[in-house]
Amino acid sequence: MTKQLVERKMMTAFMSSPGFSVCSLFECSYFWMIAAMALPPPDPEFVLRGTAAPVHTLHFSCRGQEPEFPILFSGSANGLVQIWNLKTHRVDKTMDGHGGKSVYWVETIHGRDGLLSQGRDQKICLWDLAEGRNVVTDSISVDSVGFCRCSLLKVAQDRWLIAMPANDPDEVQVLELPSKTSVCTLKPEAGAKLGMPMCLKLWQPGFGACPFLMAGYEDGSVILWNLSMGKMLSRLACHQEPVMSLDFDSEKAKGVSGSSEKVLSVWSLDEQQNLKVHKTHELINSGISDVTIRQDRKILATAGWDYRIRIFGWKKVKPLAVLDYHTATVHCVAFSDHSRPSERLLAAGSNDQRISIWSLYNRT
Amino acid sequence: MSDLLPVVQSILYRMNKALGTGMKSTQRFLPSTPSFPCSWDRSCQCNSSSCLKVPSFCLVKIVDILEQFLREGGLSALMWEVCQQQAQAASPELQETLLNKVVCLPDHLSNKLQGENLPIFLPQNYFPLLGTEIIQVLQRISDSLRGGLDCSISFVSQVLGKVCVHGRRKEILSTLVPCLTDLTKSDCIWQRMCWRLVECVPDRWMEAVVCGFVQTAPGADVLSRLLGNLVVKNKKAQFVVTQKLLLLQYSCPTAMLQNLLGYLALDNSRRFLLIKVLQELMETWASSSAVKHSPVEQQLYISKAILICLSHLKDVEIDSHRQELFTCMMEGMKCHLDSNLPRIRCLGMIVAESISSRINTDGPILKFQYEEDDETRELKSLLTQMLSPPSVISPPDEGKDSPSAVTEAELKPGRKPLAAACAVSEEGSDSELDSDDDFIPYDMSADKELKKTKAPLYIRDCIEVLTGPEDMDKWEATMRVLETLIQRNTAATQEVSVELAKVLLHLEEKTYIDDFVELRQKALVTVTITDPIPVAQYLTSQFYSMNYSLRQRMDILDVLALAAQELSRPKAPGKNKPSSIQTPCIQILPGSDSSKDWRKIVDERIKSKTRRFAKGQSQVELVCAPNKFSSVAGHFFFPLIQNFDRPLVTFDLLGDDHFVLGRLAHTLAILLYFAVNTVVAAAMGKALLEFVWALRFHTDSYVRQGLLSCISSTLLSVPSDRLLEDVTEELVETQAWLADVAEKDPDGDCRRLALQNLLLMENLKKKLETAPS
Repeated sequence: MTKQLVERKMMTAFMSSPGFSVCSLFECSYFWMIAAMALPPPDPEFVLRGTAAPVHTLHFSCRGQEPEFPILFSGSANGLVQIWNLKTHRVDKTMDGHGGKSVYWVETIHGRDGLLSQGRDQKICLWDLAEGRNVVTDSISVDSVGFCRCSLLKVAQDRWLIAMPANDPDEVQVLELPSKTSVCTLKPEAGAKLGMPMCLKLWQPGFGACPFLMAGYEDGSVILWNLSMGKMLSRLACHQEPVMSLDFDSEKAKGVSGSSEKVLSVWSLDEQQNLKVHKTHELINSGISDVTIRQDRKILATAGWDYRIRIFGWKKVKPLAVLDYHTATVHCVAFSDHSRPSERLLAAGSNDQRISIWSLYNRT
Repeated sequence: MSDLLPVVQSILYRMNKALGTGMKSTQRFLPSTPSFPCSWDRSCQCNSSSCLKVPSFCLVKIVDILEQFLREGGLSALMWEVCQQQAQAASPELQETLLNKVVCLPDHLSNKLQGENLPIFLPQNYFPLLGTEIIQVLQRISDSLRGGLDCSISFVSQVLGKVCVHGRRKEILSTLVPCLTDLTKSDCIWQRMCWRLVECVPDRWMEAVVCGFVQTAPGADVLSRLLGNLVVKNKKAQFVVTQKLLLLQYSCPTAMLQNLLGYLALDNSRRFLLIKVLQELMETWASSSAVKHSPVEQQLYISKAILICLSHLKDVEIDSHRQELFTCMMEGMKCHLDSNLPRIRCLGMIVAESISSRINTDGPILKFQYEEDDETRELKSLLTQMLSPPSVISPPDEGKDSPSAVTEAELKPGRKPLAAACAVSEEGSDSELDSDDDFIPYDMSADKELKKTKAPLYIRDCIEVLTGPEDMDKWEATMRVLETLIQRNTAATQEVSVELAKVLLHLEEKTYIDDFVELRQKALVTVTITDPIPVAQYLTSQFYSMNYSLRQRMDILDVLALAAQELSRPKAPGKNKPSSIQTPCIQILPGSDSSKDWRKIVDERIKSKTRRFAKGQSQVELVCAPNKFSSVAGHFFFPLIQNFDRPLVTFDLLGDDHFVLGRLAHTLAILLYFAVNTVVAAAMGKALLEFVWALRFHTDSYVRQGLLSCISSTLLSVPSDRLLEDVTEELVETQAWLADVAEKDPDGDCRRLALQNLLLMENLKKKLETAPS
């Protein structure tokens, strides 16, 4: 489909050019040929080895000014959180705070001085990383035993909201950090049969506005929660299988979700705050473990159970690339937050214990 | 009007004189023409000597008179006169002469006047004029018939017949038939006259007239109106319609066939003929000798006729002939499916399907699998279109209809690009609007379904998998990886080459692997290339052994031919990898592996567009490598050619399995062709010529084609001096056979191949003559 598009574009360009003639048509076929033969997919920029365990989560922190170097946090199945220096491509620090239980969510807080990590030991640790320290200063215990990753949203200076699964299997709890006070507990109506929450995404329409939560559930539906009222606003059953991952673009009011099926579902939120299916994209192989939209909202990446990373254009969900490097399930994808767009990277962590770093579509 | 005859006689007389054609018979009538101007005659005779060179005054005068005569409708007056006289029994000689003159006038005049001929006397103008004059005469006859007077039409019939037999039926009928079609539409006197007109045509001209009518009539109902029950009354016409046009020739277009058979079907008194015709057609169709020996075109023609007949048959008629049709169908199907030519097989399938669908109205019907193309669609449409009769109701447009349909069909592809271009511009502008989505996608062709099982890494593992219990995923992975594994580990392959070939040869076809046949073939070819002698020995020995299916035997032949091609192809010394067996040419389309070698293609294109100003051979650097096939060609060739005449229990090359024999002949030709420039070629050529000689009268055209290509490759591959030294006699014999085939073979391809071979021989002879002895 994409090849056709390119061909068509070439064709229109030639049709509209003033010197269009039979001869130029012939020439056109030459260009056409090159255009039609798309470039082979790129290789990874570099690969980080040495986690010694499947990599479950990744988080960049690259905004820092000069003497600071771009770093990447990784959480792996052996309970270690590692900090990778993206200049030297070496591990700077290894932090063990989850007792050997798998870490499946990490996120920075306070710039890069603080870090939240969620592990299978039912704990969320808050790390103090300032001035070279690496100690756990606080921890929140999570009652849920599921795989649901938390979601963090900065609502004001030094005030965050964190959404996490609660001790009732189908509930989501939202806490305020650093005070750890409960803001609300989101409980679906009785008989909704949603199952466990599988993925969460906190967002707010504008800074300071009332925050919302998108949550994907075990039964395949995505739900929009209003946090201030603790009320379900809209429910969309967009998958047959559990929703494995979702991401939401608050600017375009459009989100994307992946499940264990062969489908990538794109949905939108209208003014009445109803979720609607916008488009579905059929994949070759089933299973998406993670989906992330790049910060500039131009492309999105998915981590596939079929060992492949897929890149799509965000606007039309046009497939752009299939990155085939890993030899086992890819668990997570993350885009870097470099301030210069040309430096932006994509990282993917896989069950094959490697982290691949890619540089794609970052020319503006 | 009654005094016109003398005038005409005089005109004819003068014409005779002036044109110098001594027609004694007309002179006899001269004394009975009192109004004849004598002085004129004399002056004319004076000048007659100079007539031959320059058109004399006299000749010009006479031509003028003739022209006037024609313009004023003299011909119709003349014919009317004769018709009236005929009713009172006039002299046959006069009629004969007049007939001759009227029909041959353009010939006489063009002979006489050469370049000075007037347009009205040209055949393309004269005969249409004659047509309209005939209509005039018929008009008068109809008037007089209505008036109660008797009239004879036979002179007009004779004129018509003679014109038709002189090869001018298209000109005269193109004016006559439309007029008659109109006039007979509602008038029964006109209809009767028209029938009479055709009936009165003498037998010797009947064929031409009937053919002409069948050809020009716009539809079966018109034909039926014009001819009436001619076929029942006239034996000759019956023969022409039921035998000659259907069974003895095959040049008529489909529309004409439809006319003809439709005509037979339209009237109950003629329907017995339709059934008779169908019986005869079916007999021919079901005769194995006809299938073997008649050209494909004729078989197509007969199939069409059968289908049209079937479409006209009523259920009652089918009921009464069901058993007969069934027997014929079974017989015909057998001999058609037996044929080696795919087109004939396909014809047989379609006809058999159609028959069975007509005779089994409630039971199960035959259903074959064949590829749809224009021909099959046309054939099938023949069966259905008559079942809905209205297609014949609007005949006058039919002639115009078909060209317009053609133009429409021609226009369509022309229109398509335009529409596509529109779509392009829309799409293009749309995507230009959102520039941020303007990322160029990478190649995603590698994005295939994920296979869970791992492909084996060693050849021996492959053998183990393929001989072990069947595991779909494992098998598929193995088949896909086999070719590259063999190429990578030549030494390892050589240890087990024969075993691997054996395993591959005996693999059953797995339908769950898309391109299984291709994969297996590739693997076999690669094994053969890697270890040519043992594998070729094994394969050739298996070709003649028991318990193989024909498919497997043909696979062996294919593999040997492909391997020979690969071995004989010069390769870069470093690369031992046969680039691609199936596609020797560079693929420009974005195909399976285009992503990998796009640079190569682009480089090549750049190279082809770049003009270089260097001298000598720097441009083309031919890769020099020894022909690997040279040393092993004998192992491929001789075991194959040895045993073809020894029948086995399950395999009889000279008997039923002639399809394999054809393939064998083709393969041998290919092997010899690839052995060009090798030492063994001469011996191979000699053996091959003997092989051809033994089989030269084979009844199957596919086998003959194979033999002819054997000769071609002998002539091309064996050095010419060796040809002359070793096989002179065989060559002379072969040449005689080739000449015979080129002339008499029923199969068009065979004739063409034989001609090509003769040409090759001629070239050989020329080369020898020019070469210094």
